[in-house]
Amino acid sequence: MEHTNITSARQLSRADIEMVLDRARAIADDPSAYADRHPDALLGLLFFEPSTRTKMSFSAAIKRLGGDIVDMGPVDSSSVKKGESLADTVRVIEGYADALVLRHPSEGSAGMASEFVDVPLINGGDGAGQHPTQTLLDLFTIRESAGLDDITIGIMGDLKYGRTVHSLAHALTNFDVRQQFISPESLRLPRKVRYDLHARGTDVREHTDLDEVLDVLDVLYVTRIQKERFPDETEYREVAGEYQIDANTLAAASDDLAVLHPLPRVDEIAYDVDDTDYAHYFEQAHNGVPVRMALLDALLGGEQ
Amino acid sequence: MRVSKIENGTVIDHITGGQALNVLAILGIDGTGGDVVSVGINVPSDRLGRKDVVKVEGRELSQPELDVLSLIAPAATINIIRGYEVADKQRVESPGHVSGVLGCPNPNCITTEDEPVDSRFEVLEDGLRCVYCDTIIREDIAEHIRV
Repeated sequence: MEHTNITSARQLSRADIEMVLDRARAIADDPSAYADRHPDALLGLLFFEPSTRTKMSFSAAIKRLGGDIVDMGPVDSSSVKKGESLADTVRVIEGYADALVLRHPSEGSAGMASEFVDVPLINGGDGAGQHPTQTLLDLFTIRESAGLDDITIGIMGDLKYGRTVHSLAHALTNFDVRQQFISPESLRLPRKVRYDLHARGTDVREHTDLDEVLDVLDVLYVTRIQKERFPDETEYREVAGEYQIDANTLAAASDDLAVLHPLPRVDEIAYDVDDTDYAHYFEQAHNGVPVRMALLDALLGGEQ
Repeated sequence: MRVSKIENGTVIDHITGGQALNVLAILGIDGTGGDVVSVGINVPSDRLGRKDVVKVEGRELSQPELDVLSLIAPAATINIIRGYEVADKQRVESPGHVSGVLGCPNPNCITTEDEPVDSRFEVLEDGLRCVYCDTIIREDIAEHIRV
């Protein structure tokens, strides 16, 4: 992989993606072979927003490669509280670490920060922008469960602000995947994502009702619709309720359907789906470790 | 109205009809700086049907100014005048990127915060795209000019 920074799924080619997924597969098959891969490596964690999965799986990933973390900690106890710019913060912390993971509430923050550092910088989520490493683990899970060519995927929920959706939709244009987008009218894909999909020859097929496409899907990628996107609670409840699934909903689906969710879920997927063969979201979350190990290994200079 | 020739400065001709005041905004001309400026708006034109013309005394345009001009007046011609003569004549050319002259309309874009970076836009065939947050501007480009 020729990239030194991973700031957006827009930069990832099919070859980049396959390299990471193949390496992740090899790591998952024999984790102990990678245990001393980067014994002195320190990964700097700069999380300006709360995170559980991304932060913990990056921590686990670097530790399982033999390295360790240096963590900025919560924003409240850092110099950001004193008004330090992001550009200054990353320039300081790059001196403490061999690579950085940044999560920040502003769109474009990772791209900007990467201009100020010489160590590899990974976007761990930038506002309603991108979340490329989530996409890599999503792709890994899709490849394992349904394959990545000649499939139909339904992407449902908050498509407007959902950064995991923006990254995934773009990355899928590298493969022979039909994408069906299911959302309320007010949370349709933003112009910037539609523009890229059109430019890459992907049809943007949009629906407001899952029933219109459920039976043709190989994968259903569900995302959370957040309360704060609506003017009032009543409207939120009304709209969000239409995009919740349970075991009953899935009766109309193909038996091989794989249901994914970047998590955390609130009530988009009822607990009764967890025990069905459709549920792949916990396995998806677990895949975060080998996939992030593979990515870190590639960025830190590990030859396969 | 007959506008007299200028001795030294710039004549911007073939501006898209109705865009002259935005051109002045790009140039930071609001009349308070004392520049001598003549403006023709919706002047009949063989090539454009109607066009605007701006003459600015005592000032030659910089490259960033020309870059932004190209976005709102792609057919404009620039005549640099020295000693009442046309010393240089050029068309505006659409640049690959424009930096610093437009503000990103996305309030959540990192370039709207107090960071040591200029805004930067990739010039698309039919608009502009923020290289940081990917936001695309198609309509009302002039509204986002911050000079």
